[in-house]
Amino acid sequence: MTTAQRLPDPYGSGGGANLADILERVLDKGIVIAGDIRINLLDIELLTIKLRLIVASVDKAKEMGIDWWETDPQLSSRAGRDELARENAELRAHVAELEGSRAAVSAGEREPAQEEARE
Amino acid sequence: MSGLRYVYAVCRPFGTPLPAQLTGVAGVPPKQLAHGELVAVVGQVPEEDFAEEPLRAHLEDLDWLGATARAHQNVIDALTVVTSPLPLRLATVFLDDSGVRTMLQEREETFVRTLDRLEGRVEWGVKVYAEPPETAGRPEGSGGADARPAPAAGTAGSGRDYLRRRRNQRKESEERWQRAERFASRLHASLSGYAEDTRMHAPQNSALSGASGRNILNAAYLVPRTGSEAFVELVDRTKDDEPGLRVELTGPWAAYSFSGEDT
Repeated sequence: MTTAQRLPDPYGSGGGANLADILERVLDKGIVIAGDIRINLLDIELLTIKLRLIVASVDKAKEMGIDWWETDPQLSSRAGRDELARENAELRAHVAELEGSRAAVSAGEREPAQEEARE
Repeated sequence: MSGLRYVYAVCRPFGTPLPAQLTGVAGVPPKQLAHGELVAVVGQVPEEDFAEEPLRAHLEDLDWLGATARAHQNVIDALTVVTSPLPLRLATVFLDDSGVRTMLQEREETFVRTLDRLEGRVEWGVKVYAEPPETAGRPEGSGGADARPAPAAGTAGSGRDYLRRRRNQRKESEERWQRAERFASRLHASLSGYAEDTRMHAPQNSALSGASGRNILNAAYLVPRTGSEAFVELVDRTKDDEPGLRVELTGPWAAYSFSGEDT
């Protein structure tokens, strides 16, 4: 026990450590070795922990850096809105372009329009 | 012996016996399985809980997961007292002892290299929380009453007052975050001076941790055992430097955050 004497008393580790501290290390850190029983902990993590957190609190999940759903239009109304905003901007640019060329046409002679009609 | 083998950690052989009353996952005392220069710390676990299908189902159960994680950590903690273990991730399970031996054999070189790197070191966790402004500011009793805007008898200035108040609130909160950020990076810099290596983890979710305030720094430090006292003292000294911020220290942990090969 010589090594133990050099260590200060535990702070929060063991009984006092909160579940998040323990899960953070036991589940997310530590060396990964494929045993005979094959379980993809990453799947488990995504399914239970992360989804539970999202259900519990979206803001908190975001603080944890779990934000993959934000950019998925199927899961996020914001991602949907972003998508719509982008589409809107594109359409507006297109409309402006068309209006611009129409204005140029009506400002000049009628010829191009007639030409167009003839074609 | 029937049942599966749950592996907690890989260590160098250590002379000190583990506490007799120590139990791990499934309530079973861990034992040492020596192979070559290495020791695997293993526990026998029942197939009906740790075969692939039941294990998968169990891991979906947050209560079971929490209890198992605590049991796992319980063994790692006991090991950390007597040696510098290489902790394995939760639920590393083999069919029998020979499977564990084969694993030790195949990875011997990597294990030895990592164990040499971690020898005599422990991990400390340091988190900084920003307390919500209600509790960080004035005492709760007076704060509640003052926070409500006084009915300003419909004067012409009330709209402007409202905007000014909003602007001040925004400015205060911005300043608070800047202060918190400055404090966290200063603390991290000075703690890094005592550490051989550091890792930044994602901030923790208070729904899971039950801690109050917003977690703004969640870092791990690899510190020699001999330097641990100085490290802890430094954290203690810095603790109360900034009102509204809380510093939380956990450890000594096994070097979970530094067990990867890429470090």
